[in-house]
Amino acid sequence: MTAVLDTGDPAVPAERLALVDLLDRLLAGGVVLTGDLVISIAGTDLVRVDLRAVITTVYEQLADPEEPRP
Amino acid sequence: MTSEARTAVYLYGVARGLAPSALDGVTGVAGEPVRALAHRGTALTALVSTVSLTDFGEEALRENLEDLAWLEGTARAHHDVVAHAARNAPTAPVRIATLYRDDQRVRDVLGRDHTHLTDLLDRVTGRTEWGVKAYAIPEAVQQDEPEPESEVEVPALTAGTAYLQRRQAARRVRRALQDRLADHARTLHDELADHAVASRQHAAQDSRLSGRHETLILNMAYLVDDEQADGFHEVARAADRRLPGVTVEITGPWPPYSFIATAEATPTPPPNPRPTPETGPTPEPGSHPEPASNPAPIPTPTPEGGRR
Repeated sequence: MTAVLDTGDPAVPAERLALVDLLDRLLAGGVVLTGDLVISIAGTDLVRVDLRAVITTVYEQLADPEEPRP
Repeated sequence: MTSEARTAVYLYGVARGLAPSALDGVTGVAGEPVRALAHRGTALTALVSTVSLTDFGEEALRENLEDLAWLEGTARAHHDVVAHAARNAPTAPVRIATLYRDDQRVRDVLGRDHTHLTDLLDRVTGRTEWGVKAYAIPEAVQQDEPEPESEVEVPALTAGTAYLQRRQAARRVRRALQDRLADHARTLHDELADHAVASRQHAAQDSRLSGRHETLILNMAYLVDDEQADGFHEVARAADRRLPGVTVEITGPWPPYSFIATAEATPTPPPNPRPTPETGPTPEPGSHPEPASNPAPIPTPTPEGGRR
């Protein structure tokens, strides 16, 4: 049994969380208030960024850490 | 903030009944302090930071999101803020990189989406997301000996036939092992789901991402009533002890990320937490990891609202 528990203690940083677990949640979860990924600046709202493309790119980088990051 | 166009307002999430002092000293993305924006007339609080358009403008953001180091830093900062708030009050995380022109725009959203946000917060109040992953070492899980081959009695086998028979036998063994792993995963899921109000399947993780060499047989998130948490953890510990060759890992407490995106999804047919042993330890050379783009939501076996 392994437990990766967030104690809430600032002395125990959340660095223990695996990035892959975090991204699974952050890129796919959360309230979508006005769109897929929203950049609502400059008066008119809503620029969509293709999150799926982001995810694919990121995961390829994660899987091949020896590849230079851009 | 509204005076010039060089900044935008980054929204982390929305909390209800958060004490104004709870965010004192908290820093968020780009090292910026986190502010609480209250919405007049409701208990909703938006968690925001003012960020520079140099990093968060449209063009910059597109590029930055593809920079793993930048994304990791931003994701961890985003998470830290949401997790901090969630420890103090019910909090609905907002999708990463949601930006507004100024504070007033955020307040407008709180007003406009008040009912939606309140519904979401009702759903997660008093509940916590826990992640459970189970890994199996296939050799240790295998208990039955594969049936002995009878090919010795058929001396006239051609080499080709013998080869095919060996392949078929190997396939049967693999199949039996996968069935056994799937049984373990389903049993564990059923036990965990008994202590949860909702569950959601996360994508299989390529071993190169997780750094694990065992086979991932379960990768789920559960929304658990806080008073059920001890029992839930005990189920995970017991399964870890009981199942030979299986390691159970629990992560959390998470803000309810996994139960926000699918909150309005129509429940779909029963869970199939069937693992994907094919994505096991040795991916095909040149294959790409499965992007976690569209994990099928698994409806809870425990009807939502069936537990108070």
